[in-house]
Amino acid sequence: MDMEQEYIITVFSENKVGLLSQITTVFTCRNVNIESLTTSESALKGIHKFTIVVRTSPETVEKVVRQVEKKIDVLKTFVYRPDEVVQQEIALYKVTRSSSVEQLVRKHNVRILEIDTDYIVVEKTGHKSETQELFRLLQPYGVQQFVRSGTVAVIKSRRELLNEYLEELEKMRQNQEQTLQAI
Amino acid sequence: MNTSTTDAQQAVCEPMMTGSQALLESFLIEGVDTLFGYPGGAIIPVYDALYDYRDRLRHILVRHEQGAVHAAQGYARVSGRVGVCMVTSGPGATNTVTGLADALMDSTPLVLITGQVGSELLGTDAFQETNFVGITQAVTKWNCQVKRTEDIPAAIAKAFYVARSGRPGPVVVDITKDAQCGVAPFRYEKIVSIRSYVPVPQPDPKSIEEAVRLIDEAQRPLVMVGQGVILGNAEAELKSFLEKSGMPVASTLLGLSAVPTDSPQYVGMLGMHGNYGPNIKNRECDLLIAVGMRFDDRVTGNPAHFGENAKVIHLEIDPAEIGKIIPADVPVAGDVRETLPLLTQRIRSREHRAWTAEFRDCDRIERERVFRPALHPAGGRIHMGEAVDAVARAYGNDAVVVTDVGQQQMFAARYFGFRRTRSLVTSGGLGTMGFGLPAAIGAKLGAPDREVVLFVGDGGLQMTIQELGTIYQSQVPVKIVLLNNSFLGMVRQWQELFYDSRYSFTELVNPDFGLIARANGIGYRRIEAREELAAAVAEMKAAKGAYLLEVCAESQENVFPMVPAGAPVAEIRLE
Repeated sequence: MDMEQEYIITVFSENKVGLLSQITTVFTCRNVNIESLTTSESALKGIHKFTIVVRTSPETVEKVVRQVEKKIDVLKTFVYRPDEVVQQEIALYKVTRSSSVEQLVRKHNVRILEIDTDYIVVEKTGHKSETQELFRLLQPYGVQQFVRSGTVAVIKSRRELLNEYLEELEKMRQNQEQTLQAI
Repeated sequence: MNTSTTDAQQAVCEPMMTGSQALLESFLIEGVDTLFGYPGGAIIPVYDALYDYRDRLRHILVRHEQGAVHAAQGYARVSGRVGVCMVTSGPGATNTVTGLADALMDSTPLVLITGQVGSELLGTDAFQETNFVGITQAVTKWNCQVKRTEDIPAAIAKAFYVARSGRPGPVVVDITKDAQCGVAPFRYEKIVSIRSYVPVPQPDPKSIEEAVRLIDEAQRPLVMVGQGVILGNAEAELKSFLEKSGMPVASTLLGLSAVPTDSPQYVGMLGMHGNYGPNIKNRECDLLIAVGMRFDDRVTGNPAHFGENAKVIHLEIDPAEIGKIIPADVPVAGDVRETLPLLTQRIRSREHRAWTAEFRDCDRIERERVFRPALHPAGGRIHMGEAVDAVARAYGNDAVVVTDVGQQQMFAARYFGFRRTRSLVTSGGLGTMGFGLPAAIGAKLGAPDREVVLFVGDGGLQMTIQELGTIYQSQVPVKIVLLNNSFLGMVRQWQELFYDSRYSFTELVNPDFGLIARANGIGYRRIEAREELAAAVAEMKAAKGAYLLEVCAESQENVFPMVPAGAPVAEIRLE
């Protein structure tokens, strides 16, 4: 059995009702736990992008991704290791206000979003380990609320894989139409 | 003036019609001639429209919605066309789930139309509302809900395209009642592609070269044929490949009849109750060529030991199947009808006589130790294998054989023998008891020129026995061979072999099947003695209408050979 590793999976899809649960079901069927998931419209209008972080074996990630791609409304799926992407998460902390907490907050390069008489809300962007570390440091001062987003990531490679794929698809379609006409 | 002309033109090209009419017109454009269904509240508008289409669309009224789907499966499997069914919302819809799951596992092209409550009631727990798109996500190739009349034609076009293209499968279109009743201009455009869907992947040219090299070098190869050959209408392409390569060929359960049983290169069925040769020699093979099959666990036994000394070439249309169970040394993605000729053109012409002869030695062992006791038992009650053999002889091995699931299924698959493709309709992946009777109805309607014989057990028959009413109403002349051993035979076999003969709830105290047959206007005969077998089968065959032949079968019989679950296939047991 191979060691579990972290993978960042990006899924590009049509914007179809219910697709999110179709995709997550593929992971649950194979007993792969999703560490984080974010979804929104991609740079291409009408195409949605899911960013899914999982920890699993190389074989399993390969099989899961093929099953995801099998969904009729899924355009394309890419799998990356953490070193192939630049990734960030955003965390918000609502902390009881005190002078010591303000000092701590300043040291950690966070944005202060709101200061009230008895609390402050700060935002930190970074890797999970960094946002987790700040949470740990803030806890003695009283963290009233803490929330963290899923991972968003861009790939380091210069190649824009989805665009290449869409161009390839377009060529295939033209070939197909020519073949049909020839028949 | 101009505007009114345009309107008039549009009225000609795009006539106004209700959603229900649009649905039926869409069916006609897609070439549908038969529907299997059951009406109910949320689909009444479509049934009302159907009243005016009775001359163009034949509707078979089943007795339970599960029967509609299995019948459509039988129809699709023998004809290669898309099976179509239609049911109401709520319980009507949920009753189809087993059939959908079966069709997904066995890659059967189906379109199921479900009625749905009015769109204003969605999500309110209205009468007969279920979230059917949610429920069927896991058992369909694709599904959608239509809430607007004008969206119906496009949804149907996409449904048929998805169901029949690539690796086929079931599709559900859930249509709200208001969409069925609304009126909109009808315009139908057939779909030829969907941006996010690649039905047929293209093979990597390098993998073709590599496959050719392995084929040319192989000393002990085996071709393994699955249903992909039948679904892809690639029987002729397979034949050319086999003739040139000279390789022995085995079949999965669902691949049966793609290669005639008496073909000189055919060495039998793979899998748990398959033939001795293709299982016992699995370890000796140095090359396995899988053609349109998915390495079900009933085929591979313990996958870690399957083909452990062989390279594997996997020809498969569904990329998700390649490497899913057995790693492919050479994946050949694509439609086997296109990829097989790429190999045939390039490989050397060869013969594998000595190697194939080794399989014939295995056949001799199997004939002696398995066939003989199964087909010519010393005495006692009739054995299932004998009954299958008697039917096969009477029909000259040429009939559409439909089976239920269990011992009779395995006996039919092992002993019938097939001459033509699309001659076996059986529930392989899901193993659905109750599949047989409704599937036989659909098979007869899908292949009216062929004889259709169903082998069914007393357990499976009673799961969907109400479809005898469908046979009566629609006068479908299917021949039913009931192999009645008063047991759930396959489970009983496992209890005997692996659970210390503790027959926990597998014995059935059955009703009088003769009364049931007669009540449904079906010819009937019951036999206990093997001397009666040939005459009874002849009588069944000669009957004009439907016929139920009840064979009182030995209850303690087991299907052999057998690969114990989870064992390597080479550990196949002959007794």
